Amino acid sequence: MEKFEPIVIAFCCHYCAYTAADLAGTMRLQYPYNVRIIRLPCTGKVDIRHLLEVFEKGADGAYVAGCLEGDCHFLKGNFRAKKRVALAKQILEDAGIGGERLEMYNMSAAMGPRFAEVAREMTEKIRKLGPSPIKKNAERKAHSAERKEEQTAEHITQKV
Amino acid sequence: MIIAEGKPIKEILAMIEAYDKIIVAGCKGCVTVCSTGGEKEVGILASALRLARQAQGKPLETKEITLERQCDTEYLEPMREIVDAYPAILSLACGAGIQFLAEKFRKHPLLPGVDTQFIGVTEEQGVWTERCQACGNCVLDRTGGICPVARCSKSLFNGPCGGSKGGKCEIDSQVDCGWQLIYDRLKELGQLDKLEIILPVKDWSKNRDGGPRKRVREDLKI
Repeated sequence: MEKFEPIVIAFCCHYCAYTAADLAGTMRLQYPYNVRIIRLPCTGKVDIRHLLEVFEKGADGAYVAGCLEGDCHFLKGNFRAKKRVALAKQILEDAGIGGERLEMYNMSAAMGPRFAEVAREMTEKIRKLGPSPIKKNAERKAHSAERKEEQTAEHITQKV
Repeated sequence: MIIAEGKPIKEILAMIEAYDKIIVAGCKGCVTVCSTGGEKEVGILASALRLARQAQGKPLETKEITLERQCDTEYLEPMREIVDAYPAILSLACGAGIQFLAEKFRKHPLLPGVDTQFIGVTEEQGVWTERCQACGNCVLDRTGGICPVARCSKSLFNGPCGGSKGGKCEIDSQVDCGWQLIYDRLKELGQLDKLEIILPVKDWSKNRDGGPRKRVREDLKI
């Protein structure tokens, strides 16, 4: 089996985590390429629908990275995101995807090393959890379809 | 407005187990205001159901639609255009809306996505509390605008009872005693003398006790 490379989506606030990612780049820090960043004007903009959609589209994990508590540019955006992430985690758990595949982090724009650390931490966590159950099923189906095709081919060859 | 609460996803999944595609129908009325069955909640639930079914290996197709109101015939038209392509409808409207859809779309099983709870108000963002039980015979003029039917746990007309302690009800220390609220309000209004008026026996036949209710206005009928 090929080594599993998870797809992790990071919803990053423009005023902190996104800038921290930029800083991580400037500092030439390595972090896994598995993390795909979506920039938000504030984590308060994130909606539960967005958080669920990434999993529907094939992400194995996701996290929301907002400002340190008390430091939100829009005062309460990161607290709002925290509550939404908590509810989305519950929904993912109930849906059988696993609530632990979604997390909330807080960091400042000056925390480039922390951004890289979080990216590594989350990627490793998802790698350990394995592919999203949605993908596992898709793979199983593709595999059984492949086997069926092989069996049919064998059957035809035997007949001939 | 009518307050409802979303059913647990597992309960809904069990309900829709037999279907490979469904309509998830929201309502832009009360359930939108109490954040239970509006466009956004329809999107979230449909997404959660699709995810759950994909995880089970039985993909589900959903059609999301949010009607202006599910309790009015004229707003059901957008539904008529799509309904035949789906075997069942999961409605996030209140019990009235769900039943109305069931009456109008007779070939389709109607599944409830919410539990309808009470007629209430938004006390603060995200907090809703009960105010009215639709008893059909309002007495708020005599009780300082506070309903003894809905606000008193026993619906007493001669409260408070012995279970009232420190202004709270014996059923729960977080619940205000309805009659304490009535007394305080009448005191504020300088209308404590209203408590001395003996209320006639309430006509409960106008409540649910008289069976399902109906209201007709001949002047409005077409």
